[in-house]
Amino acid sequence: MEIDLSQFHPVFFEESFEGLDTMEQELLALEEDSDRENINTIFRAAHSIKGGSATFNFKEVADFTHVLETLLDEMREGQRAVSKPVVDLLLRAVDCLRNMLNQLQDGEPVGDAHVELVEYFNQLLTSQQGSEPEDQDALAEIVNSSLSGSVSPVGWNIRFEPEPHILQTGNEPLRMLRELKTFGQLESKANLQKVPDFDELQPESCFISWDLKLDTEVEESAISEVFEWVSEDCQLAISPIAKADSEQQDLSRSDNGNNAESGSRDGSQSVDKVEVVKEQPATPPAKKSELSGKHVVPVKQKTESAQEKVGKPTGVASIRVGIDKVDTLIDLVGELVITQSMLSELGENFEVSKLKQLISGLSELEQNTRELQESVMRIRMLPISFVFNRLPRMVRDLSAQLGKQIDLKIKGESTELDKTVMEQIGDPLTHLVRNALDHGIEPVEQRLAAGKPEVGLVTLNAFHQGGNIVIEIFDDGGGIDTEVIYQKAVDKGLIEDGVELPEEQILSLIMEPGFSTAEVVSDVSGRGVGMDVVKRNINNLGGNVEIQSKRGSGTCFTIRLPLTLAILDGQLIRVAQEVFVLPLVSIIESVPLSAAEVSRVAGNMPVFKLANEYIPIVDLSAEFEIKQSVANGADGLLAIVEGENRKLALRIDELLGQQQVVIKSLESHYKAIQGVSGATILGDGKVALILDIVGLAKRAAQNSGRQRERVA
Amino acid sequence: MTKILAVDDSASMRHMVSFTLKSAGFDVTEASDGVEGLKTAQTDKFDLVISDVNMPNMDGIAMIKALRELQNYRFTPILMLTTESSSDKKQDGRAAGATGWIVKPFNPDQLLATVRKVIA
Repeated sequence: MEIDLSQFHPVFFEESFEGLDTMEQELLALEEDSDRENINTIFRAAHSIKGGSATFNFKEVADFTHVLETLLDEMREGQRAVSKPVVDLLLRAVDCLRNMLNQLQDGEPVGDAHVELVEYFNQLLTSQQGSEPEDQDALAEIVNSSLSGSVSPVGWNIRFEPEPHILQTGNEPLRMLRELKTFGQLESKANLQKVPDFDELQPESCFISWDLKLDTEVEESAISEVFEWVSEDCQLAISPIAKADSEQQDLSRSDNGNNAESGSRDGSQSVDKVEVVKEQPATPPAKKSELSGKHVVPVKQKTESAQEKVGKPTGVASIRVGIDKVDTLIDLVGELVITQSMLSELGENFEVSKLKQLISGLSELEQNTRELQESVMRIRMLPISFVFNRLPRMVRDLSAQLGKQIDLKIKGESTELDKTVMEQIGDPLTHLVRNALDHGIEPVEQRLAAGKPEVGLVTLNAFHQGGNIVIEIFDDGGGIDTEVIYQKAVDKGLIEDGVELPEEQILSLIMEPGFSTAEVVSDVSGRGVGMDVVKRNINNLGGNVEIQSKRGSGTCFTIRLPLTLAILDGQLIRVAQEVFVLPLVSIIESVPLSAAEVSRVAGNMPVFKLANEYIPIVDLSAEFEIKQSVANGADGLLAIVEGENRKLALRIDELLGQQQVVIKSLESHYKAIQGVSGATILGDGKVALILDIVGLAKRAAQNSGRQRERVA
Repeated sequence: MTKILAVDDSASMRHMVSFTLKSAGFDVTEASDGVEGLKTAQTDKFDLVISDVNMPNMDGIAMIKALRELQNYRFTPILMLTTESSSDKKQDGRAAGATGWIVKPFNPDQLLATVRKVIA
C-alpha cells in the first residue's frame, strides 16, 4: 500500500518540539526536587519522540533518543541518582535534539553534533554500576538467530497446546494455524481428549491442542514468531524434520492421528474447520517477508523520493484547540442557523405588523454574531506559558554564566493571549529578562553590602486588564540611575542638556535607538541594539512598554499588549465629513472645545491645559488636509488621548458610536502612513482609517518643527 | 465495516495508524489517552483496539486491563504499540490481556499485515 509518511511529519515535529519543551521544564523542576513523576514524564516524552522518529525514518533522532532513554530508564528505576551533571547532560541532549529536528524539518541533513553527546552518554552509562544487558529481547534474538541458522530442515513438527484462557487475550488459535499455512504445506491434527462433556463445556475456554506438520524452508524463528504473542499462554514444542527422517516422522505422526481420530467424534469436526480455513484465499508467502522487518529499506527510499518531489517541506502552522472551545463554536453556529432561518422565513412574507419580530430577530443575530466572533477569537488564544516556559532554562544557564544566583518566579502563566501576539512577544520578553539578569540584578557582593538576600529575584507576571494583557518583568536589583541615563542621553545627543524631563521620560530614553548603559559590553546584553528593538517590536504589536525603577530596590518593565491583533475596540469620531477610528483604550476623556483652555506656546503650537499639564493640540482636519465644507467653528470637541505616556488633544467634530472594528493592514493594501495604524470597513461599507496616537504625536512634532522653521 | 479504535497520545502516530487503516477500508475511531480510549470503547463495539503503552492519564496497560473487564471486550483482539526495548512492557501487556503487539518502528504495510492477522 502506497502511503506517503511525509504527510505526518508536520504533526510529528510539532509534538516532538512540545515533548522537548516538556522535558526541559521537567528537567529543571527535577533539580529542585526529584520526583518519580517528573522522571516518568520526561521518559514518556523521550519515548514518544523515539517511537515517532523511528516510524517516520529519522534514524539519527531515534538512535540518539534511544541512548537518552536508557539513561532515563536507569533514573526511573532508581539505579541512578539525579545529579547536576546528569541533568546538564540531559538538557544538552534536549538542545541537540531540538537542533536535529529543526534541521530535519528544514529538509537539511542532520550534522554530527550529537555524536559527541552520545559518547558522553555511553561513558556515563558504562561508568557506574555495570548495567546489566537489560534488553533481554535483543539478546534473545541474537541467540535465536545464531542457533537456528545452523539447521536446514525440510519442515517442522509443532505441538501447540494453548492454555484454556487463551481466548480471553483476544488470540484465536486458528489465526496462528492460518498464518503457518502461508509458509507451506500444513497438516494439522486437533487433539480433543481434554474437551469436557457438553454439559460441562465452558465455551470461553479452549481445550483443544494441535499437532502440526509444516513442510517449509522457513527458519524456526519465523515459526516462533507466529506464536510470539501467546508464548506465555501455551505449551509449544517445535522440532525440525530432517530430510532423512521425514518419512519416519510421518509414520509416527500418523499414529498420533489414529489415536486422535479414535478419541472422539468431535475431532473430525475440528479438522473440518481447518479445511474451511484452507479454502480462504491464503496470504501469499511474500507478504510474510514484509513482516520480518526487511521491508524497511524500500520504504525509506520511498519517503525520500517523495520529499524530493515536493522539494523542501513547507512548515504548515497549526494550532491546538481544546475540544470545549470547538464545541462552543458548534453550538453557536447552530444558534446562528436557527436565527437565520427564522429571519428568512420572516422575510418571505413580511408585513409591517411583524416589525417587532424582525427587530428582535436582528438583535438575536447581532448577539449570535458577537458570540461567534468572540469564540473564534478564543480559538487563537493560547496560555502565555508557551512563552514563559522557555525562560527558566535561560535564567538557569545565564545566571551560571554571569556568576549570579537568580531565582525566577512566574505568575499568571495561564493568562491567554492571541497566537500571533504570542509569537512576536517571545523575543522582546527574552531580551528584557536577559537585561534584568545582566544589568538589573547586582553581583553577589554588592547585594550583600546593600543588605539584600544573596539570591536575586526576577518575577514575571501576566494578567488581563480590560482588552489588554499586561506582562510585568520585575527584578529586585539595583534599579536604574536616572542621572546616568540623562547624562548619557545628552552625550549621545538624544536630548539637549538642561532640559527638564519627568523621571518616566528619562527612563524611557533607554529604549531609544543607540542607547546602552552597560559599562562593559557583555555578550549577554548591551550590544547597543536591543532595548530599542524591544520597544519597536512591542509598538508594532499595538502595545507599549513602561519602566518604573527605584534606585537600590529594583526595576519593573510593564508591557501592555492588545489581546488580539485582528480586532480593536474602537471609538468612531467625525472630522468634517470623514470618519476615523480611535482605539478606545487610548482615550482619556473628551471636552467641548469652547470650555477648553487653549493657549499657544512658543513655536505657535496650540496647547490645552488639563489640570497642571499642557497638552499639544492636533487638528486632525489640518493634519489630514481635509477640506472643510463648513468653516471650522468654535463648536467641536477635544479628545484627550494617550500613547506611550504622551498625551495629545485631538481636535474633532463629533464622537460617534463605539464598536469593534476588524483591522485591515494599510501597508499590505496601500502603504504605511505615519499616524495611521490601519483601516477598517464600517457598517455602511465605507473605509475608515484607524488612528495611531504615537505616530500622530510624532507627526505633529515634526509638523510644528517645520512651522517653527517657517516662522523663524 | 470493521471498526477499529486507535489509542495513542502522540498525534502523529495516531494519525498514521488511523490514516493507514482508513485507507485500507476500516472504520477507525481515535482516542488520545487511556481514559478517552476506555470511554470511547464503551460507546460502540469495536472489532479491534490498537493502543500505545506509554500515555498520560491512563497508560495502555491499565486501559487493556479495564477493557477486559467489560463484557463487550472479553475476546476482542487488542494490540499494543510498543518499542522493542520495553520487553517488560510486553509481559505487562500480556498479563493485562493484550492479544499481541506491534513493534515500533513499523511501516503501514506491517501494520496492515498485523491487523489483518487478527481480524480475518
